[in-house]
Amino acid sequence: MSSMSNFFEKSDLSRSEAENIISDTLEKCDDGELYLENSKSESILLDDNKIKNSSYNSDLGFGFRAISDEVVAYSHSNEISKNSLKQSSENLKSTLKSVKGTYNHEIPKSNKKYYENINPIEQKSLNEKIKILNEVNNYLRSKDDNIKQVTANFLGEQKSVEIIRSGGETLTDVRPLIRFNVSVMLEKNGRKETGVYGVGGRQSYDSYLKDDNWKSVCDEALRIASVNLESKPAPAGEMKVVLGPGWPAILIHEAVGHGLEGDFNRKKTSAFHNLMGQKVASEGVTIVDDGTIDNRRGSLTIDDEGTPTEKTVLIENGILKNFMQDRLNARLMKTKSTGSGRRENYRHIVLPRMRNTMMLNGNQTQDEMIKAVDKGIFAVSFGGGQVDITSGKFVFNCTEAYEIVNGKIGSPIKGATLIGDGPSILKEVSMVGNDMMMDPGIGTCGKAGQGVPVGVAQPSILINKMTVGGTKL
Amino acid sequence: MVKDQEFLEKKASYCLGLAKKLGATESSVIVNNSVSETVNFRNKKLDESNRSDDLGISITTYIGKKKSSISSSNLLDDNLNILIEKCVETTKNTPEDEFNSLPDKDLLAKEVKDLNLYDDTHIENDQKIDYLKKLESAASNDKKIVNTESSFTQNKSNFILANSGGFCAGYKTSSFTASSVTVAKDEKSMERDYEYSSKCFLKDLDDAGELGKQAADQTIRKLSPKKIGSEKIAIIFDKRIAKGILSTFASAISSSAISRGTSFLKDKVNQKIFSDTINVLDKPDILKGLGSRNFDSEGVKTDTLKLVDHGILKHYLIDTYNGKKLNLKSNGRCGGTSNLYFENGNISFKDLLNSKSKSLYITETIGHGSNIVTGDYSVGATGFLVENGEFKYPINEITIAGNFKDMFKNITLANDLEFKYSTNSPTMMIEGMVVAGK
Repeated sequence: MSSMSNFFEKSDLSRSEAENIISDTLEKCDDGELYLENSKSESILLDDNKIKNSSYNSDLGFGFRAISDEVVAYSHSNEISKNSLKQSSENLKSTLKSVKGTYNHEIPKSNKKYYENINPIEQKSLNEKIKILNEVNNYLRSKDDNIKQVTANFLGEQKSVEIIRSGGETLTDVRPLIRFNVSVMLEKNGRKETGVYGVGGRQSYDSYLKDDNWKSVCDEALRIASVNLESKPAPAGEMKVVLGPGWPAILIHEAVGHGLEGDFNRKKTSAFHNLMGQKVASEGVTIVDDGTIDNRRGSLTIDDEGTPTEKTVLIENGILKNFMQDRLNARLMKTKSTGSGRRENYRHIVLPRMRNTMMLNGNQTQDEMIKAVDKGIFAVSFGGGQVDITSGKFVFNCTEAYEIVNGKIGSPIKGATLIGDGPSILKEVSMVGNDMMMDPGIGTCGKAGQGVPVGVAQPSILINKMTVGGTKL
Repeated sequence: MVKDQEFLEKKASYCLGLAKKLGATESSVIVNNSVSETVNFRNKKLDESNRSDDLGISITTYIGKKKSSISSSNLLDDNLNILIEKCVETTKNTPEDEFNSLPDKDLLAKEVKDLNLYDDTHIENDQKIDYLKKLESAASNDKKIVNTESSFTQNKSNFILANSGGFCAGYKTSSFTASSVTVAKDEKSMERDYEYSSKCFLKDLDDAGELGKQAADQTIRKLSPKKIGSEKIAIIFDKRIAKGILSTFASAISSSAISRGTSFLKDKVNQKIFSDTINVLDKPDILKGLGSRNFDSEGVKTDTLKLVDHGILKHYLIDTYNGKKLNLKSNGRCGGTSNLYFENGNISFKDLLNSKSKSLYITETIGHGSNIVTGDYSVGATGFLVENGEFKYPINEITIAGNFKDMFKNITLANDLEFKYSTNSPTMMIEGMVVAGK
């Protein structure tokens, strides 16, 4: 483990002293660990014809967690020192005054790895990155006279984590992550519209950008902006909706993903908590959450509690099969962790979270779906979404969509919000396509103030009824 | 406890000194420390305790018109040495930008007024637990409430902002925040809502029982919602949603959006963008104000700005970089607004509800549906149907949509402004928006 951080190297705290404090604090607790993290990240931004920002961040800290029954005590600090860890230990002990549990030493092991131990930031020089950003700017501005603004940026990160459990068992992971984004704004006849596209994942910048591949990212951003420049007001009301493959799987993420996270179901605050084993989607709909796809943005070798990730079947042929679990919620619900325990960084507690959430292929074609719609919309690209897991209502925001009239794709329509009901929307899916696609690898999911990288995938689908939030009555 | 001024100043001057030694012509640094202690309750029992101690430093170095920055949570000198060296190296390799510079010296804050932003009181976890017990007992009084989650946080922060031009200032702030999220259930539905209180001083915090009761009442009234048809209708925004519309306005007048040409309010200074009666203020010197400050994140002094005067846009929110680009002076808004608010309208909340025979009262919106380039607005919404001044029944699974350019001109404000957040609005009615439902 050459590039693994040595967290105790410059500290007055030795590893064995740390292990003693951990074991002493967690004795009689049901679970807990010391989580150490060292992350290095960079951002290089071109905007308005200039390199606007080149910044580098180095973040180091620990989070110490003790769990007794349902109660979690957590303490974090940036200072990896004897004093600081002892202070944290005191904080945890003072919360969990009279614990009498038995520490669960069991944690599954796996040798599988889903990405390489690399530091993407160092694999490409600053000058090379600046050169590509300038090329992006020139390429786009020479392509279309209506371009009034180009923004492009590189985001790179290497995060090293170490989890030390009571008794000294140690689990480690080094996680690379990159993103490359392009945004363009067009102006024509006084009207302005934007288009955004990006790519990313857990590999080097060059894996995504070699052979002038950045040009296809530019072309896609420009294409979306051009379509929007011709868009007319979106309709308002309930209608049929065809979703394209890939990114539109944000629907799956919002409509059912969050509602199937273990914490909300243990607390019975999710609209899905009493639906296990029941039909929650049309026949032919299968949804998995998979942390094991090589190099994907949402993939993890181990989760932030040290559990190897897996492919979790959430809904199989319409039937609700599993929730996503971290160790705490799994123990309280008498099941096992699905390797879904995640945190944004050491400042935050672990929560059950999604990884790559995917609806699997059916056997129909997108053409058949469009033909089946008299009046509706065809949504191709999305900006984001949100859900109220208790009422089950969710939204997502179209960034590229078209009207469908009499089985044919018509004019582009302005960005609009679509709203639906999570527990019932998947029963309205009447066709599932055979064209499953992963998203381009730029998604971030927010929950309880914590953002984590995730992925989504789906084939084209036809939904019988959804409310489209346009302005045209 | 939170680090003192002396510690932060020492780190700041170490960084400025090193940057200069390594070849930076100018530099600026922010060092901050924040210590938070939170206790969470769920269903009247302790659920979580959380203590965080966060140190942070961010340094920007300039070599002529070249600029780069680094940030870190590791303040050990060894690490700072490596990072500052890296920062200066990166600066050398970053292209020039003629607008890069520290703020003009004559714009920097000359004095640091005591705005009453720090309460030295320390509330022990046991006292937080007492507060939460009282809160949750009030919140779960009604049988329809099936889950309660509440939290109490004490935060103490301190910071120093320094630059190579001689500016060096900072001060402590504190906040005490209590919140409660409740879930109610009946045969047909399950709904969630919340209430929240945040103050600089512990003694100003809302009463625990009141807060819990309010969260529960606001949740129970949402049970058994209906979906309505699509139509054009007047929308009344609850204060907690109305403030979001004001925040969108603020992002649309940020000098960065203006200079990049990506705002629907570009070139609108001295033009009428709201109806005659609307005034918007950004007032940084409110005592104990949640958004109060002495200077912005570049050290530029912040005066009160009347951003909108009788419907007319008077100022953008200007920082040094974008100011130079627009040929305008910074008005101390790097990092955004301070205490931003709509002045009260001249109609009571009750009269506003009564002003239309039928309207929608919106208490929650979901989705990121505000586009400041085009002004388009489309979000999911939850609320109530109001008829002749009375709440008739709850509504959900609808969207509301419009364009800010039209919406701003159709705003009527009630006279019930309060300073609950850093951005605040009285209850707001906007006519002519489209609801999409059945």
